[in-house]
Amino acid sequence: MNISMLLDMAADAFGERTAVVCGGRSLTYAEVRQKAQRAAAKLRESGVEYLALLDVNGPVLPVAIFAAGYAGIPYVPLNYRLTREEINALLERVTPALLVVGDEFRAQVDKRDDLLMISSDEFISAPAAAFDEEFVDPESVAVQLFTSGTTGKPKAALLRHENLVSYIVGTVEFGAAAEEDAVLVTVPPYHIAGISAVLSSTYACRRMVQLENFEAGAWLKAAQDEMVTNAFVVPTMLGRIIESMESSRETVELPCLKALAYGGGKMPRATIERAMQLMPQVDFTNAYGLTETSSTVAVLTPDDHRLAMASDDEAVRKRIASVGKATGAVEIEIRDEQGQAVAAQQPGMIFVRGGQVSGEYKEQGSTLSEDGWFCTKDLGYLDEDGYLFLEGREDDVIVRGGENISPGEIEDVLISHPAVADVACVAIADEQWGEAVAAAVVLQSGASVSVEDLQALVRERLRSSRVPQRIEFRDELPYNELGKVLRRVIRQDFASLVEAA
Amino acid sequence: MATVALKAGARFKSAVCDTQVMVIKAPAGDYTLECGGVLMIAPNEDAAGELNPEHAGGTQMGKRYVDPDEKFELLCTKPGKGSLVLDGTPLDVKQAKQLPSSD
Repeated sequence: MNISMLLDMAADAFGERTAVVCGGRSLTYAEVRQKAQRAAAKLRESGVEYLALLDVNGPVLPVAIFAAGYAGIPYVPLNYRLTREEINALLERVTPALLVVGDEFRAQVDKRDDLLMISSDEFISAPAAAFDEEFVDPESVAVQLFTSGTTGKPKAALLRHENLVSYIVGTVEFGAAAEEDAVLVTVPPYHIAGISAVLSSTYACRRMVQLENFEAGAWLKAAQDEMVTNAFVVPTMLGRIIESMESSRETVELPCLKALAYGGGKMPRATIERAMQLMPQVDFTNAYGLTETSSTVAVLTPDDHRLAMASDDEAVRKRIASVGKATGAVEIEIRDEQGQAVAAQQPGMIFVRGGQVSGEYKEQGSTLSEDGWFCTKDLGYLDEDGYLFLEGREDDVIVRGGENISPGEIEDVLISHPAVADVACVAIADEQWGEAVAAAVVLQSGASVSVEDLQALVRERLRSSRVPQRIEFRDELPYNELGKVLRRVIRQDFASLVEAA
Repeated sequence: MATVALKAGARFKSAVCDTQVMVIKAPAGDYTLECGGVLMIAPNEDAAGELNPEHAGGTQMGKRYVDPDEKFELLCTKPGKGSLVLDGTPLDVKQAKQLPSSD
């Protein structure tokens, strides 16, 4: 049970089929296997313990993921949008490693004795080398992803071969793609959706069309030029695509597009309804999943979408805002604060169980209960027919356009301003990004600073996605008796401000 | 008859055709696993024997094979001419409801 088995099957059955296309370069499944095995031979020879990647989407992705699988070491894609300091701090946690690095990111990496570096181009053109398949323990780690936690320091989530194979075999039909099918991938390599895109596409034997970065015009052009049939987007991307289609002077046709899946954040109802009107021939699927669950655990199917849109029954109409039902590969349960399962319509914490659920971190170990349940820290409820409705995260991570933002890191910057005495950042609803950052700030007595100056400070220290869209000044912040700031109250205050406006 | 432990992730090949399988799930215990009427062997063992024409229904690439109770599940990672039998019970293709692609 090794993820490289998925590639072996695809290469055995459809070796000549195109596996990946990116900016005029392409590889067949047989080529991906050959390159991955050559790279694996090199990995074994070098004796490194991790294969890290610091690059945008490209043909190197499937080669690197499967090379690590063949070699039996974890694959660790890193977020290239992080600062130089952050990137090097993460690299320090995975050495001794081979780092596959895009040319544009090489200058970001500090030299270390226990870090070998190779360019992406060089990595996928390794010379012929003998590769003998060795047994890889299904319980060994296939992928390690750094997630943004509430404390600010990224946690290393571990996905074992058995988790990922279980997910793919349980949710994808082998060789299900037709010869002409192609999936357009725009999620970054360091996101769980970027991993599952490669694995699902490979097992379905589908052609994967990659974009280095998402931009609506480029997405539409690639969808047309490559005759794309399937795609996955986060809600923000879908909003941009619709805007671009509507503002175009000529009608934008996507005659080949059959299926559009979305996930990674809350989809505004207006956006999905407009999308369904604009693209009536397309099957829409909403997918809910987490890094720790090897991606998707619930789906709202195309039929669910159409039924919800056409129904007179409010309970059915409402399901357009749900994330659908548990896939056949997992069980989902809602529990109250005492840990007891609750009835339909009762809100509580979402728990998931199944072979694909890892719930494990490198530092913390397994967080699964004895009988295999994982606490997602997402809140929600199930309706009578098992449709899952999300009600926000228990922890306070702000999910802006599919990107997880820890409020702590923004608060750290704001509090460093001499005029700021106290601060809390929370999520506010945002039409375009799903959620955006808002900050409640308490000033030092007698001090003053403008909203613009505080925004500029965050932009300069972090990056633009971290800039609070809204900043309100308060006399004090609400705290509970244990001295914990009540973000929930602050969130509600912002929500009522938005409603009043 | 020789029995084998079926651990999730364990791989076997047919002694008499091209079939290869991987165990997806199985209750703990020892079982007789046959393909083409002959015991299946480890991937690194040498094949020997003849296909029994009564067990020549064939296996299909990428299909999951289950017993009637679905307590056992094997994935066919290479197709062949033989058919699969576990402890005397023929295994059939699992008719899974196909999910829409979510990534």
